[in-house]
Parts: sequence; structure tokens; C-alpha cells
Amino acid sequence: MHITKQLVEHLAKLSLLELSPEEVERYTQELDSLMGYFEKLNRLDTAHIDPTFHVEPPTNVFREDEVRESFKREDLLPVFPAQEDGAIKVPKIIEAS
Amino acid sequence: MNYEPVIGLEVHAQLKTQSKIFCGCSTKFDAKENELTCPVCTGMPGCLPVLNKRAVEFAIKMALATQCRINEKSLFARKHYFYPDLPKGYQISHYDKHLAQKGHIEISIGGQIKKIRLHRIHMEEDAGKNIHGTFSSYVNLNRAGIPLIEIVSEPDVRSSQEAGAYLREIRSILRYLEVCDGNMEEGSFRCDVNVSVRPVGQKEFGIRCEVKNINSFRFVEKAIEYEMGRQIEVLESGAKVIQETRLWDSDQNKTFSMRSKEEAHDYRYFPEPDLHPLIVEPHWVEEIKRTLPELSSEKKTRFIKMYQLSEYDASLLTQEKSLAQYFESVVEICKEPKLATNWILSELLREFGPEQVESSPITPQHLGELLVLIMKGTISGKIAKHVFEKMLQTGQAPQAIVQKEGLVQVSDSTQIEALVEEVLKEQKVFVDKYHAGQAKLFGFFVGEVMKKSHGKANPAMVNEFLKKKLKGA
Repeated sequence: MHITKQLVEHLAKLSLLELSPEEVERYTQELDSLMGYFEKLNRLDTAHIDPTFHVEPPTNVFREDEVRESFKREDLLPVFPAQEDGAIKVPKIIEAS
Repeated sequence: MNYEPVIGLEVHAQLKTQSKIFCGCSTKFDAKENELTCPVCTGMPGCLPVLNKRAVEFAIKMALATQCRINEKSLFARKHYFYPDLPKGYQISHYDKHLAQKGHIEISIGGQIKKIRLHRIHMEEDAGKNIHGTFSSYVNLNRAGIPLIEIVSEPDVRSSQEAGAYLREIRSILRYLEVCDGNMEEGSFRCDVNVSVRPVGQKEFGIRCEVKNINSFRFVEKAIEYEMGRQIEVLESGAKVIQETRLWDSDQNKTFSMRSKEEAHDYRYFPEPDLHPLIVEPHWVEEIKRTLPELSSEKKTRFIKMYQLSEYDASLLTQEKSLAQYFESVVEICKEPKLATNWILSELLREFGPEQVESSPITPQHLGELLVLIMKGTISGKIAKHVFEKMLQTGQAPQAIVQKEGLVQVSDSTQIEALVEEVLKEQKVFVDKYHAGQAKLFGFFVGEVMKKSHGKANPAMVNEFLKKKLKGA
């Protein structure tokens, strides 16, 4: 798979990143050579090997359904850029046209 | 041309756990904004989610109750999108290896049973809630991390009525299992509808639209009907339906297009590295299976057989588990299923919704005792209704009310005979008319005797004496 400028621009948009034309150019090249490495890995036959998402053997790790104390709001809210009456304030979201 | 709709439904049901799915924050509804949050559910760097075992049990219960096949190994993934109510920038959700699949439920449409297949059930976390102001939006993260199951049907539904019946059945099963309270207003039971239309007889599906944001069964039915009309119109005009997400507007009774952002549909799923695969071994499934309660459809069949109820009465009584339990407790005391059915369906359900019966001031014990008083002839059916009203107001036992108000039915023949004679003497004019052929005056005489006895005379005996005396007079 080759990384194109269009793909980098698409990814930037999904990740909410603003890239200058120079950055797009640079990332296209860098990501493309990175993909070259995966191409190399892809040549190995892994058809009969399960993907390793986790290195430990699969065992369930659960917590019991018990309520624990939450954050104090006074501690939580200042972490965010803006707040009002206990809510986190964000730029207006327009849901529909 | 005739068209038929093809409908698939997605239900998001909030699991009734005490704490969230990956952290110990409470799931209670009535909390102050952002009060129920912690580093995990607000997506602070460096924290780790740990799966709530009860949430998994609840999801398995629903899967079993809907005949799903449960996967021994399922996998959580990260679903990425940017939205202010999603603090981590991704939602943790089962993705391609789901918890359960290939189930079905049965719905009843006009007396016919129809099977609706379930595609899958999976677990996921809820997002927060946005409130939109004039210049800003406001985010409350109390809901973020609430455990949900998503129940996805196959496109087997063919009308808005079937969609309604399907959703009611899913909700009933969830409530019977006590894994979800089904409260649509509080958002613990939400549904999205996929609708397409096709000419009758065509095999292929048409292009579908997804309608979101529907918070009542009635609106689901209306939204489907609106979408059918809209899509048929589009097709008839020679155009094509555009695959898109639409929102239901309950004020205007129509759906409208959400600005479609094609790019936003790329969720870049990948396996959640912070969570192990979920292993559900058969013995755990067996253990949970043993705890499954009798569901409404089974209960209905049993009620018809055991108590000789009509199908209609049985389905009304079993629509809610607590109502069915109430009925059975009443029957246990009075041993008269038919009488109990009549009183519960016509009197009790006039005062309370099926879900509130449980908390009514009239306990099943008291209602059962009231019915015993009727059966023993201590009070008449009419007086019983008065006692019922008093029980509603005071929560007192029927015997106490009957005693206090002196409502015991008069079944003493000397007393009743005297009352009858008195009335016939006073109403001489009408007695003559009666004998002249106005037979319907009989009811009038009964009424007069009852009035004189303050409603306490045994109506059967009043009838008997009136007949006898009128014949003799």
C-alpha cells in the first residue's frame, strides 16, 4: 500500500490536525517509507498464526460491580479549558443542517 | 407500484449495574452534572479500564433469553471519532468478535407468531450528554462509561406495527431479566431504525436510511411510516434514495437529514490494548442460564393453562413481571383466578400503569382478602368497589374498612323480607304498573331495597324475595 498526499490529508482531517503543505509532503514520504517496512513484514506467511493483541495469556480481569468514590467536581472541572455551572463548556456543536 | 418496507432495528439498552462498565463511578440518574466521573471515564492519560463482571453477566442473560449463540472469546475494540461527549476520542466497544449472535425472538401480530432474528448482541460504553445553548454547548460526562448492550436485529421486520411489537418484546425481556429498566425518557432504552423500501416481489433490498433519536414506541412507528412515504416518493419520481443518517423530529413529525460527513464514518477500529479478550466459558454460561427467570411468553402460556385465562387476559397480566407476580399472589389468597383477573384488569389497572402496580397502596394480600369477602358474601360486589376506593386512599386492610364503616352485607332473611315489604308498600303505584305488564320495573324495586339497606342487602336475596312477594301480591 502506498501513502498518497490525499490519504495524509484525509487522516489529518480525521485526527483534527492542521498540516501545512510542506508537512503534508514530508509526512507522505515518511509514512510511505514506514509502510514499506510493513510491506516487508507482510511477505511472511502468518495465515496460521493468531494475531497477538496482548502478550499475556487470555484471562479475564474483572472488577465487581461496586461503586467507588468519583472525582470531586472542583478537581475535575478546572482540567478543562472552559466550564459553566458544573458543565464542561465547548464551542457550539451543530448537529444537523 | 406497491412497495414494502424492510426494517432492521438497533436497540441500545443500559445495563442496570450499580457502577459503570470500566470504572467504579455510580450509574445513578439523578446526579449533578459531571459528579459521577473519574480518571477512567473522563479519559485521563495513564488510567486503565477494568471490565465490570456483572455487566457481562447481564449481557449474557439477554443473549440467552434471545436464543443467541455466545462466543467463547470476544474482543473489545476502540472506535474512533471526535465529539465533545467522548472524552477519550474513542468508544470502547465489541467490534468484529462480538459477545453473542444469531438469536431470535417471537412477536405476535394479529394472533400470528412471527420470528424476528437477531444479528448480534454486543457490549459497549455510553458517551456523555451534550446540551446545546445559543452560543456554546455543554457536556455532562455522567453517562460516559455507562454499560450498554446493543441488540441488532436482522432486516426481518416488515411494518411499523411489527417494529413496535418487536421493541415492546425486547423491552419486556430486558425488564423480566431485570438487566435494564427500559426507561425511554431517561435514555436507558433507545432505538435506531434502518428503513428501506422495495417493490413487492423484488428480492434485493433498497437503499436504506438510518433514523436516530427516537425516544418512544409511537415515534418509532411514526418515523417508519414517514420514511416509507418519503422513500417511495423519491423512487416514484425516478430518483434514488441516498444512504444517510436522519433524525426524527417529534414536533414536526418528520425525519430530516443530518449533515452527512462521509469521512467521519471511518472509525479506524483496532483492538483495545488495555483490555484482555473476554472469555466466556460454557460453565459460566450454564451457571447464568440457571438463574434465568420465566419470561413473559412462557408465563403467558402457563397462565392460560393453569388459570384458564383467555389469551388476551393472560397477555395483559404478563406484560410486566411485577404485575404477573401481583396476580399470582392475589390468586394464592382468593383461589379465584377469574375474579382476580377482573379486579386487577378493570379496577387496579385503571388506577395504575402495569409498572406501578407493585408500589400501589393496595397490596396483593389486601386485594386477595377483599375478593374473599365478596366470595363469602360478607360484602356485595358493589360495596366491594367502595371498599376498594377506601383501600386506595388509606392502604388499610379491607376487613378493617368493612368493620369500621359497618358495610357487612345483610343476608338475614327476616331483615331483607321486611325491607322488601316496606318498599312494595311505599311504591304501590309502581307495583300496580308492574302487574299491568311493565316488567322492567323489577330493577327499580331492587334499587329501592338496596337504597333502603344503604347498599348492604345481599342482592341475590333481594331478588329472590322480590320475585316471591311480587308473585304473591
